[in-house]
Amino acid sequence: MTYLSVHGVRKSYGEHEVVAGIDLELKPGECFGLLGPNGAGKTTTLRLCLGLTEPDAGTIRMFDLPVPVEARQARARAGVVPQIDNLDPDFTVAENLLVYGRYFGLADALLYARIPSLLEFAGLANRGDDNIKALSGGMKRRLTLARALINDPDLIFLDEPTTGLDPQARHLIWERLRNLLSQGKTIFLTTHFMDEAERLCHRLAIMDHGRVIVSGSPRELVRAHIEPQVVEIFGDGAEAWATAQGSRLSERCERTGETVFCYAHNVDALLHDLEQRPELHYLHRSANLEDVFLRLTGRDLRD
Amino acid sequence: MLGNLADPMIYMLGFGYGLGHMLPDAFGTSYIAFIAAGTVCSSIMMSASFEAMYSGFSRMHMQKTWDAIMNAPISLDDILIAETTWAASKSLLSGCAVLLVAAALGLVKSWLAVWTIPVMLLTGLAFAGMGLVVTALAPSYDFFMYYFTLVITPMMMMCGVFFPTDQWPQALQQVAALLPLTHAVALVRPLMNDTVPVAWGMHLAMLALFAIISFQIALAFTRRRLLK
Repeated sequence: MTYLSVHGVRKSYGEHEVVAGIDLELKPGECFGLLGPNGAGKTTTLRLCLGLTEPDAGTIRMFDLPVPVEARQARARAGVVPQIDNLDPDFTVAENLLVYGRYFGLADALLYARIPSLLEFAGLANRGDDNIKALSGGMKRRLTLARALINDPDLIFLDEPTTGLDPQARHLIWERLRNLLSQGKTIFLTTHFMDEAERLCHRLAIMDHGRVIVSGSPRELVRAHIEPQVVEIFGDGAEAWATAQGSRLSERCERTGETVFCYAHNVDALLHDLEQRPELHYLHRSANLEDVFLRLTGRDLRD
Repeated sequence: MLGNLADPMIYMLGFGYGLGHMLPDAFGTSYIAFIAAGTVCSSIMMSASFEAMYSGFSRMHMQKTWDAIMNAPISLDDILIAETTWAASKSLLSGCAVLLVAAALGLVKSWLAVWTIPVMLLTGLAFAGMGLVVTALAPSYDFFMYYFTLVITPMMMMCGVFFPTDQWPQALQQVAALLPLTHAVALVRPLMNDTVPVAWGMHLAMLALFAIISFQIALAFTRRRLLK
């Protein structure tokens, strides 16, 4: 059984093909992450899955219902946390949940019973009567997440759920999402935070220029696409050192901004060389998803 | 709500009493009764247009409320139907408030005026639909000024709110006959003056046509804007 299946889906805006033929599958209970730089087509993919825009080609099914034809029925079992908060400023915190629940055709009695536990979940137990404008960014995000749960969905879509939040707020959201996964919910999230994807996702796909470049578990991707050891070198002369020594002592040597990244299976010789050079600062760590991401999507700035 | 009520009231009472004494029975009725009927219609036009444009644009573009609703099992068509109905019902409230004040001043001649209620609702739907067309095309709030200046204000002058349309040259009268506010006034004024309106079926049909066509256009433009 799959909750969501996407096959050969394409979508163009004018000349620009934003989604250029992608395949995705989501099984119940898993957390799937769609990663990609800005403009890779993540949000458009999400809109296609929800039936908010029609694909030019390909098929989409959610809960085995064809999308967009029966997207409305499918959305009744889904929750969505959009990229930009769109809580209704005309209503209080609790009213936002109540009114949103009515959009699902849920009875007020059921909603009144559900709202206290959702406010608790969002850490807003005493804020039910507050105006939306009185909430911090993190609180709004948590309320948006609670709002997405008002219909007790099986599948939750999150579009960059922690963008713009401070570290405390991000950790709180992650904790809540893990909580949802342990309750058996299925999550589809887009992000460009690698630590977020690494922490939460069972499986992920990296997308660029409208295509899925690779997919797999975070560990598989790191193992398959990058050397295990990384040394980051910065400071005056880092570039000159990279040209003279770095490329010789490592398997791959790349530069982003003023930092040099050296990748290798064994970095002993490289570290030994660096210890003789006090003008250079360095950081030795194991390879992570960000290294994979940068390797596959390039180091150029995306606008 | 205050803006929707106070503004038409000030016009009605100001012109009605200020100008009324200089125009004794020039219109087959007192000038204030004449202008009261016009004000009922213009207040509906204003209130429906404001709601469909400024408030609708806020919900669609600024607050992204429509986006949030579309993530629930609700379609854009549903949202547009709701916006039109909401703007029309809000304008009906404005129209009824003006009608009540007019009745309190003794300017409503008979219970025939109750029939203005469906007319007001239909008028509200027509202007709500037209407002939503403009909203669907608007890049920002500033855009609405064009519609007010080029469409709403001329209608205010040409459609018999302040003075009868037969004051205008023939060509302009023909243009006025194609405008929705003319048909609303042609229905509401006699109804408030204890008269069954002449050709009421045609006037109702024109208002209904405006409501249906403008809604369809608004739907097409909004779908293009949000669902592409």
